[in-house]
Amino acid sequence: MNWSQLFSSSIGKKIVMALTGIFLIIFLVVHCYVNANVFFPNAQENFNRAAHFMGTNLLIRVTEIGLFAGFILHIIQGYKLELQNRSSRKSRYAVNAGNKTSKWYSRSMALLGTLILLFLIMHLVHFWVPSRFGGLTEVQYGNDPIVFHNLYAQMQDTFAPMWVVVVYILGCISLSWHLLHGVQSAAQTLGWTNKKYTSIIKSIGFGFSIIVPLIFALMPIFIHFGWELNLGSLTLLF
Amino acid sequence: MQHYTMNLKLKVWRQQNSKSEGRFEVYDVNDISSEMSFLEMIDVLNEKLIKDGGDSIAFDHDCREGVCGMCSMVIDGRPHGPWQGTTTCQLHMRAFKDGDTITIEPFRANAFPVVKDLMVNRGAFDRIIQAGGYISVNTGNAVDGNAILIDKQNADDAFAAAACIGCGACVAACKNASAMLFVSAKVSHLALLPQGQPESKQRVAGMIAQMDKEGFGSCTNTYACEAECPKEISVMNIARLNREYLQSNLGS
Repeated sequence: MNWSQLFSSSIGKKIVMALTGIFLIIFLVVHCYVNANVFFPNAQENFNRAAHFMGTNLLIRVTEIGLFAGFILHIIQGYKLELQNRSSRKSRYAVNAGNKTSKWYSRSMALLGTLILLFLIMHLVHFWVPSRFGGLTEVQYGNDPIVFHNLYAQMQDTFAPMWVVVVYILGCISLSWHLLHGVQSAAQTLGWTNKKYTSIIKSIGFGFSIIVPLIFALMPIFIHFGWELNLGSLTLLF
Repeated sequence: MQHYTMNLKLKVWRQQNSKSEGRFEVYDVNDISSEMSFLEMIDVLNEKLIKDGGDSIAFDHDCREGVCGMCSMVIDGRPHGPWQGTTTCQLHMRAFKDGDTITIEPFRANAFPVVKDLMVNRGAFDRIIQAGGYISVNTGNAVDGNAILIDKQNADDAFAAAACIGCGACVAACKNASAMLFVSAKVSHLALLPQGQPESKQRVAGMIAQMDKEGFGSCTNTYACEAECPKEISVMNIARLNREYLQSNLGS
């Protein structure tokens, strides 16, 4: 068996979904960590410095290309699988077991993924496009000669209307449900689950799917209301 | 449990053959005993249809004791009906009450074309088995079974996987009409035993290739198959199948 046979088989396609999914999960962790600066005192400077690092570090910029590739592969492969799976039963059932035998979000990964895709496009237009192609105000801190993009001000502008905050929260809820199925499904596809590890994997997947989207959802809320979290001397690395 | 009789309305899928369009027909069946099996209830209806000069409802059945894997049917949206770990033939009418309307459909999947009414052709499963679901042994005297030592846990897991009767309820239950639970059971019960090792690479590669060729969907891990399986085959077998497939491909 060669590589093309592996990746064109039904299991191979699922492995692509699982690996790209895990890659995107790692991205979520990094993104969540960097953005968590907005919760703490001196948020504007800390966040803008972190964003500057992410935008100018060669390794991060190269990884960004990989990230886009990962997204595109996950999205295209996901839609292809969904279409193929839908067409494997041409004659539909009159009565469906529905939630009696499986979870609705497990059956709705394409729908949840589409909602996340729509969110992602909006999110890129809000922040990624202006930081790459101009449109951000600039700011300097103290004696530091570096001129920073004021991405923090862009956030304040974006999250000023309440409806944008609500849309972002809905995006995070879609992400949470997508992950609730996705994490354990990826582990199953890669063959990591067995009697001993399944409960651990499911618990980690559940915790991750709730905590990470929750932290993301709190960001626009904090920005909108101008809240900050004072944990004394505790700060993030950036 | 108290014995009772019931009158039921059945919505049954009628289809002349794989080429023709199917449709639902509604039948009334009266004075059904709560102690009858589901198939006996259909026998009663068929007797009446034949007596009235009609065409009886075609359905698959053989042993009627839950071990052969012939009976099928989707009853109110559930392959093999509402009871867990039970085949249609072992489903009894005490699962229903007087006045119920029961919808009966065939297993639906492109890979399982309808032969007639509730009968489907599950030959795709046979071809998957032919593609690798076996071990090759030398002819001659049978080897002493006790001469090959097998880990107790592996023996138990292999036995649990071998309980699969190949009925196809997993395919019928899956939203993608995927055959992964069936194939995983068949791969697992050989992969867990020493006799299955020499052919393990070709086995999993061949069976998956055939599965894809037959037009089954792919597995999206919703686990509806496990919930509906009359033999309660575990989806842990699917993880083992995925591992076997990766090992078969990543090795030289």
